[in-house]
Amino acid sequence: MHVDDSDRRLLRQLQADPALAVAELARRANMTEATASRRLDRLRTRGILMGQQAIIDWRKLGWEVEVSLRVTLDKTNPRAFDEFIAAAREVPEVIEIQTFLGRVDVRLNVIARDMAQYQQVYRTRILTLPHIADLEALMHVAEIKRGETLPL
Amino acid sequence: MIDLDDTDRAILRTLAQDASLSAGALGRRLGLSQPATWRRVRRLTDAGVLAGRRLVLDRAALGFGVTVFLGVSLAAKGRVSLEDFERAVSAIPEVQTVQHVLGLYDYRLRVVARDLADFERVLRRRIMTLPGIGAVDANVLLSEERRPGPL
Repeated sequence: MHVDDSDRRLLRQLQADPALAVAELARRANMTEATASRRLDRLRTRGILMGQQAIIDWRKLGWEVEVSLRVTLDKTNPRAFDEFIAAAREVPEVIEIQTFLGRVDVRLNVIARDMAQYQQVYRTRILTLPHIADLEALMHVAEIKRGETLPL
Repeated sequence: MIDLDDTDRAILRTLAQDASLSAGALGRRLGLSQPATWRRVRRLTDAGVLAGRRLVLDRAALGFGVTVFLGVSLAAKGRVSLEDFERAVSAIPEVQTVQHVLGLYDYRLRVVARDLADFERVLRRRIMTLPGIGAVDANVLLSEERRPGPL
């Protein structure tokens, strides 16, 4: 059931270039195409390789502002997490929802076309979300490293 | 800036879920011909809207049990070059993403580790030794979901 070195080599090459055809992937991972296919199939059926998603560059679509909102919830209400997250899902400008163990409970990634629109979303859609105890914002300036590759 | 019609938006929504679809398969879902689909995907890629792909992997099954987000402040602003810090932090394999931010912190890092003991090793040996590093705030990721966004 475990993942061996050949699997890791395959995933490492696939992470570096997810659009690779199996033949080229096999060549880079130093195995035959048949072996690569069989291993990829097995990684998929075991749920280790769950698929691939396109990365959308929102700035290129005119969404110039991206803000990380770090939210602390009022945990005296046992439904706080569920109700907050369900309500946050209804806000189209929220592109990511993460929950944490630590000083921050939930983080929302929010995008907007400009500061004026951000201000409007913040006031009408974010501040009205349920069970917020505290909120702090980090404005994204630049992505220095991205891709989320694992050090396999 | 590129203008999108409803079909472009449907393409982006679909590929954000499954980027491995061929132009033919994508077109069949949306009722478009293969060449028309290919042209639209090509246009979105050339405009930089489709900015690559990410693999969705079961991190825990691959031995990465812990993901931690770090808020990092630089200690000596003006005396340390941001480029030096950015280059050094980006070179750490366990650091998956680096974002320059404005607010309570200067940088936001996403770090993966095998477990909490391994995370502590990365933090002590690799993060705390970075040039200009100041205060660090850590939050352990419990769950995450990506939303379709305003498409």
